[in-house]
Amino acid sequence: MTTFHNIVVVGGGGAGLRAATAIAEANPLLSVAIVSKVYPMRSHTVSAEGGAAAVIADGDSLDEHAYDTVSGGDWLVEQDAVEAFVEEAPRELLRLEHQGCPWSRKPDGRIAVRAFGGMKKKRTWFAADKTGFHMLHTLFQTALSYSDIVRYDEWFVTKLLIDEGRVHGVVAIELATGRVETIIANAVIMCTGGCGRVFPFTTNANIKTGDGMALAQRAGAPLKDMEFVQYHPTGLPFTGILITEATRAEGGWLLNKDGYRYLQDYDLGKPTPEPVLRSMELGPRDRLSQAFMHEHAKGRTIETPYGPIVHLDLRHLGAHVIDTKLPFVRELCSKYQNIDPVKELIPVRPVVHYMMGGIHTDINGATPVEGLYAAGEVACVSINGANRLGSNSLPELLVFGARAGEAAAEYVRSLRTGPRNAVYAQGNDEERRLRAELDQRRKGTERIADLRTEMQATMEEGAGIYRDGDSLEKAAVKLHELRERFDRAAIDDHSSTFNTELISLLELDFMLDIAQSIVACAGKRTESRGAHQRTDFPKRDDEHFLSHSLVHRSGEVEYLPVTITRWPPGERVYGR
Amino acid sequence: MSAYRQPVSAFWWLRQWSYLLFVLRELSSVFVAWFVVYLLLLVAAVGDGARAYEDFLAWSGHGWVLVLNLVATAFVLLHAVTWFALAPRAIVVPRVPPWAVLVAHYAAWALLSAGVAWVVLR
Amino acid sequence: MIKMEVTRFRPGEDDAPIVQSYEVPLRKEWAVLDGLNYIKDQLDGTLSYRWSCRMGICGSCGMTVNGKPQLSCATFLTDYAPGPVRVEPLRNFPVIRDLVVDISDFMTKLPKVKPWLIHDGEVPEDEFLQTPREMDEYKKYSMCINCMLCYSACPVYALEPEFLGPAAIALGQRYNLDSRDDGALERRDVLASAAGAWACTFVGECSTACPKGVDPAGAIQRYKLTAAVSALKDFLLPRGARR
Repeated sequence: MTTFHNIVVVGGGGAGLRAATAIAEANPLLSVAIVSKVYPMRSHTVSAEGGAAAVIADGDSLDEHAYDTVSGGDWLVEQDAVEAFVEEAPRELLRLEHQGCPWSRKPDGRIAVRAFGGMKKKRTWFAADKTGFHMLHTLFQTALSYSDIVRYDEWFVTKLLIDEGRVHGVVAIELATGRVETIIANAVIMCTGGCGRVFPFTTNANIKTGDGMALAQRAGAPLKDMEFVQYHPTGLPFTGILITEATRAEGGWLLNKDGYRYLQDYDLGKPTPEPVLRSMELGPRDRLSQAFMHEHAKGRTIETPYGPIVHLDLRHLGAHVIDTKLPFVRELCSKYQNIDPVKELIPVRPVVHYMMGGIHTDINGATPVEGLYAAGEVACVSINGANRLGSNSLPELLVFGARAGEAAAEYVRSLRTGPRNAVYAQGNDEERRLRAELDQRRKGTERIADLRTEMQATMEEGAGIYRDGDSLEKAAVKLHELRERFDRAAIDDHSSTFNTELISLLELDFMLDIAQSIVACAGKRTESRGAHQRTDFPKRDDEHFLSHSLVHRSGEVEYLPVTITRWPPGERVYGR
Repeated sequence: MSAYRQPVSAFWWLRQWSYLLFVLRELSSVFVAWFVVYLLLLVAAVGDGARAYEDFLAWSGHGWVLVLNLVATAFVLLHAVTWFALAPRAIVVPRVPPWAVLVAHYAAWALLSAGVAWVVLR
Repeated sequence: MIKMEVTRFRPGEDDAPIVQSYEVPLRKEWAVLDGLNYIKDQLDGTLSYRWSCRMGICGSCGMTVNGKPQLSCATFLTDYAPGPVRVEPLRNFPVIRDLVVDISDFMTKLPKVKPWLIHDGEVPEDEFLQTPREMDEYKKYSMCINCMLCYSACPVYALEPEFLGPAAIALGQRYNLDSRDDGALERRDVLASAAGAWACTFVGECSTACPKGVDPAGAIQRYKLTAAVSALKDFLLPRGARR
């Protein structure tokens, strides 16, 4: 079966919905489709808690937001993109306000802002501590008013169609029926989010398997800065559920096993009762997660069946602040940890949260493959560099989702030619491949879950918060072995109706690609910067590595210099 | 795709107390109707003079009429109480707590009942 | 260990659902969903169900657990010890397979209530002003995660599939009560129709089932009053005075 659209958006989260509406507004005559493996309101944007940064408060400035972002990213940041980002972020958040997003307010009815890690001013808009949930539902419900946007809900994209260096659409499988369809399009925008599930312990939802990154890389678009994996310092043990940074912005403390605010020992400032911006608990995530590892090495963390933990103390904030500003945190703690943060300490440990890296794009979301665009966590523009600041990712979805949508709409306007027969042949080949996966995996000997678990353990061991040449080399060897064993993976389920095992298989295939890319980039970058910390190369090395790594499917890594406009590389200073 | 339509059991209302209560409340309408009929019969009897009124009272004293009226009273009470219970959720008045709306309903009920009692019993 | 009795339905193979039992480890932290994941990963890869965030916010994993509609990620095995735990698909929906139900009926109904902000007149350059008190008017109804537990709990929806249903009506109300919105009149035809709020007979189970405290039953009763008052106004007042 074949269908036609002008533009296909893959992924129905924040970036995808924003891109689709941007296209519909840029040119209502274009046929836009959103293909998503879950219903759009299930997308992982829904889990974001703390907020979205954009300059709106008196006394704040775009330059300060830009500087915080550049220094937070340890200067591995495209500064022209950051300048565009900070300028457009307030517009985008206001647009959502006009669409009904229930941003938290000051008593006079104006938008309220809160502090956030690594930000020198209060500039994080929030909807209590369910910011992502409210943003996603506002975007989704607003998108329903655009009746021309076609949705393929619960369709899984398995391949990008490429011919003569240009994208011509996707092949996707409908979960409910197993039907495989070739969806022809002049442009494709990848908005599939991150790949936290490559690691064993993550805040990421089950769907975050890096599909879009792998699809793009297979189509010839390189992945950028994949070695930069953000560990969020405060996840609940066992589940990995995120406890938002907003807890610390509202005044929460991190305590080691002696009840001591240990961050003061790691060049993050002096402890004060009230939170101080860009200091202590409001330092950047990379530095806080690294501090945890040092505390652990000194034996000052607490051992639990689910790994070492420290405590997040919110008790001094009182029930009123917690119930009005952090109600979801209280709900999550009581439901999943059986504790009440009003009276008890929250056990937390660093948890894989976000990929700074992703599909290499320019400032308009365009990848090196003609007609292929990307936005959101799946992409790497890069405004996040070596470490993303909390609350920058939500406005990033909107700003670059809109930019990618507009750029794609402009791109398809100039196109006249349709796809050649070779494209349809590719679609047919892919359909045959999927049928074969379903039928021929009967004889396999390896369990998908075992391969996945081993891959995740390999990544944590070899490419965790601290890595070295040796650990990365071992990880590379192990991943190679897993890739070979993957060929012998079995599936028990041969039904064409809602076959989640087949999807798991395809996702694992993608994740193995991503894992290898992360390890390849991390192995080549012999310096320490932001979230990439090499114990064998502990210093930042601007002379050799003030550049993005680009990794291709072959494993080949090349480098691209960073764009510097106004902020030359300097020292990252927090708390002094 | 051949989805399976889950059948609804004829006894679905026995599965849960809240469902049963709901069905009983729906059923209460029959008894409300009965009370209307009963009231009309009473009015007709009063209109037909003292003799007819005496007959009506005697008929009302029959065991089965008594039982029917007791059951009807229970159902009408159920209807009133559940109706009042939802009032605070339908009537949301700024700065008035939901319990106040509930209390106001019961107060109005008590007042009306007292008024009727005064007319009948004086 | 605890026994999980899971409803299986494989179209093409089964004419009607069957029950399959599995033994899974009983661990303090494990949700019903962790039990299902254990089955899928270790015992039987053919079991199908939806899940994603496993933190009660994406709304994917609604199921019937021991007879009650629940988010399986937020319902814990130890609460059902010593077992067995019965896991069935959400009631009142067609079953696509195993624990996966077809919610396309809701997806079709949702846009009908126009769940988006409709604003007459100028949009301000900055934000619309909205005080915390004005936000409290609708905030509760904006918490819906579309998990479908309320539809599964609603006997009216079971008996009258045309019923718009609790979540859709509550979401219509969410915008009606938003101080920035002027769309109430546009939504009235649908919300106040026979298949809208008036179909609800106030069982109230939707609000009991709701894992997010939305109180759709309250939203519907409140809307009935609004609709009744506005219908009365239409009837009594001259055209110009209506609002």
